[in-house]
Amino acid sequence: MELSGGEILVQCLIDEGVEYIFGYPGGAVLHIYDALFKQDKVKHILVRHEQGATHAADGYARSSGKPGVVLVTSGPGATNAVTGIATAHMDSIPMVILSGQVPMAVIGSDAFQEADIVGITRPCVKHNFLVKDVTKLAATIKQAFYLATTGRPGPVLVDVPKNLTDPRVKVPYEYPSSVSLRSYNPHVKGHRWQIKKAVDLLLAAKRPMFYTGGGIVLGEASAELTELTRLLGYPITNTLMGLGAYPGTDKQFVGMLGMHGTYEANMAMHECDVLFAAGARFDDRITGIIAEFCPYAKVIHIDVDPSSISKNVRVDIPIVGEVKLVLAEMLELIKASDKQPDAEALAEWWKQIDTWRGLDSLGFDRNADVIKPQYVVEQLWEMTHGDAYVTSDVGQHQMWAAQFYKFDKPRRWINSGGLGTMGFGLPAAIGTKLAFPDADVFCITGEASIQMCIQELATARQYRTGIKIVNLNNGYMGMVRQWQEFSYGSRYSQTYLETLPDFVKLAESYGHVGIRIDKRSDVRAALEEAYRQKDRTVFLDFHTDPTENVYPMIEAGKAHHDMRLAPGVNIDTELA
Amino acid sequence: MSHIISILIENESGALSRVSGLFSARGYNIESLTVAATQDPTLSRMTLVTSGSDEIIEQITKQLNKLIDVVKLIDISEFTHIERELMMVKTRATNGGREEIKRLAEIFRGNILDVTPTTYIIEITGEKSKLDAFLHTVGEENIIEVVRSGTTGILRGERGLSV
Ligand SMILES: Cc1cc2nc3c(=O)[nH]c(=O)nc-3n(C[C@H](O)[C@H](O)[C@H](O)COP(=O)(O)OP(=O)(O)OC[C@H]3O[C@@H](n4cnc5c(N)ncnc54)[C@H](O)[C@@H]3O)c2cc1C
Ligand SMILES: Cc1ncc(C[n+]2csc(CCOP(=O)(O)OP(=O)(O)O)c2C)c(N)n1
Ligand SMILES: [Mg+2]
Repeated sequence: MELSGGEILVQCLIDEGVEYIFGYPGGAVLHIYDALFKQDKVKHILVRHEQGATHAADGYARSSGKPGVVLVTSGPGATNAVTGIATAHMDSIPMVILSGQVPMAVIGSDAFQEADIVGITRPCVKHNFLVKDVTKLAATIKQAFYLATTGRPGPVLVDVPKNLTDPRVKVPYEYPSSVSLRSYNPHVKGHRWQIKKAVDLLLAAKRPMFYTGGGIVLGEASAELTELTRLLGYPITNTLMGLGAYPGTDKQFVGMLGMHGTYEANMAMHECDVLFAAGARFDDRITGIIAEFCPYAKVIHIDVDPSSISKNVRVDIPIVGEVKLVLAEMLELIKASDKQPDAEALAEWWKQIDTWRGLDSLGFDRNADVIKPQYVVEQLWEMTHGDAYVTSDVGQHQMWAAQFYKFDKPRRWINSGGLGTMGFGLPAAIGTKLAFPDADVFCITGEASIQMCIQELATARQYRTGIKIVNLNNGYMGMVRQWQEFSYGSRYSQTYLETLPDFVKLAESYGHVGIRIDKRSDVRAALEEAYRQKDRTVFLDFHTDPTENVYPMIEAGKAHHDMRLAPGVNIDTELA
Repeated sequence: MSHIISILIENESGALSRVSGLFSARGYNIESLTVAATQDPTLSRMTLVTSGSDEIIEQITKQLNKLIDVVKLIDISEFTHIERELMMVKTRATNGGREEIKRLAEIFRGNILDVTPTTYIIEITGEKSKLDAFLHTVGEENIIEVVRSGTTGILRGERGLSV
């Protein structure tokens, strides 16, 4: 088969089984758009800003586990995509970005809409390519998908000069059936001896603690993790990125850990004697100051990326490998072992943890007239039976979503953790809804974040993606305002949003349904109303308590057991 | 302590900037970096001298290995090895100093590559410390210009770095 470069790109996507490509046209990609026009296998989703394309592809990837695919033009198209690429990179999300480039003959001449996107994205991609030969196009695309989806996943950008896609130049096409790169062998199986040592240490623990993260979701290891945790009866916490990898409603789950984690999760981390970390990267949002992190613990760490191990925290038993395979091997060893967990020590440990739990560190005023944001999330969780897909933006609302929507399944919670990108939630919800058209998809957002990609309401309309937007509108950049309240003497420098749009009218102007809610008693009814409108996008504008803060909080420079609790929660009296 | 990391890397455009970019992005030191083709035209060999605590060196080698273009690397300073750097020094060579500089060059087994009535260019090869010592001995006031290649190195014995 002889094809032009533009046709090759499209045919590669078809051969890769790509369903959707999220993009925005421009001069450098016109040939590719023409090739897209002539087929109907790959559906193009026209966003309204290239950042939206990357976040939508990202939401598609996080919810489905398949790589997200993006197409942007050279120069501003490509630079607009950078935030979304960096977002995917920080959270290890598989994505392939095709960017148009100026023709090879003029690269380097400051040509119209030229940007060195390979150079610009180098630090925020897993890998990138500038293709210089049309006969190498198919092999490069194959490599891009292979790199994006294997080992520690991540975004891969392929920059394609316009002349390579010229419809008049046809070359033989064959999509490679396999790839092998001498310089890239993602480790898969863990070291048997290390795994055995880890099992011995786990079985000997008196105060064990499981700490697991996004790697369990990425590595599809939820079932193995759940079985192992239940088999041993040990307590487990998840990072923000790991929520749902272990059922959030299970009694062994002690909630999220870290800066806004529960009291019991952080205390159990502090006091444990064996820490079992899997697919988590000891981010500074969970360690607090490193010197006081898990002072009594021996640490086991499973990660597919060797550079995650002993990066921030020294590890006693490192295991490099696919978490799914390693956990399965551990299960096998434990089942075959004649040793058992120390039941007496474990009972003592659970007693301690339950005492911490008794503090109810996520408590809030459920009877207030004003709408407490936590209440909205809790009601949403109840109404959807914990089974919706929830995307989020960045800020207080994100933390409340993480704390109060108890995810029982992986890939249901879709948020930007590593980069913390405001503007992520709405396009990510569109991508998620495209991946699962029959599912309920909610975007929990804030009035500041939603405005960063608000233009994607048009995309939601064009493709009839009936998503539900839960805007926790507190009138402030709440998360920043909270820091200013705690650390800057309540000097709210530039965090009040004076001129907010009327979100109801805004939603309506895009052809959606808008509802404003001011009273607690109307919260549930509004949620139900949105829920009923399956095919419509509904914008719920909840006007919530502007003074509410996220608790607990580990403030900057504090250790992970040194938490600031909600006013009125007193550790000494309540735990006495 | 300085570490000498030898790297075999795909001979692709941009490969060098992936390495140097990694160092600047993560705040690692680079004392020197040399790169040249190998007998296999698809590979380049890079020698990178860096320093840091054991933890940092461990991260550096892991992060380098993570680069898709890096095929293989080894911290040769952990094994018996030979390291060499090439230096060319342009010195003042006038009157009484002329003989003295020539004598020093001989002691350091240097070659005089260029002679003018007032200058010499001296080539010296050796470990970094030897080159430093030569410069020290010649004295700042006699030095017009110094060009150093940066350190390269190779393992002793049978063992080598190859694909
Ligand atoms: C406002 C805000 C507040 C935040 N507060 C908190 C907080 O209170 N608590 C919290 O936890 N986070 C919080 N975060 C998120 C935080 O910044 C980090 O994104 C998060 O903690 C990282 O999660 P993780 O350790 O699970 O790592 P991820 O980023 O999910 O990384 C996954 C790890 O798993 C590895 N991995 C991937 N695939 C596999 C596989 N197949 N097998 C084995 N290993 C694999 C990867 O190499 C990597 O090391 C907050 C973020 C924001 C924006
Ligand atoms: C693109 C971007 N710019 C700035 C920030 C810093 N930031 C973090 S949270 C936040 C405020 C978010 O406000 P809002 O969306 O209203 O959420 P709230 O905290 O009020 O729930 C800001 C500005 C960010 N995370 N992302
Ligand atoms: Mg707000």
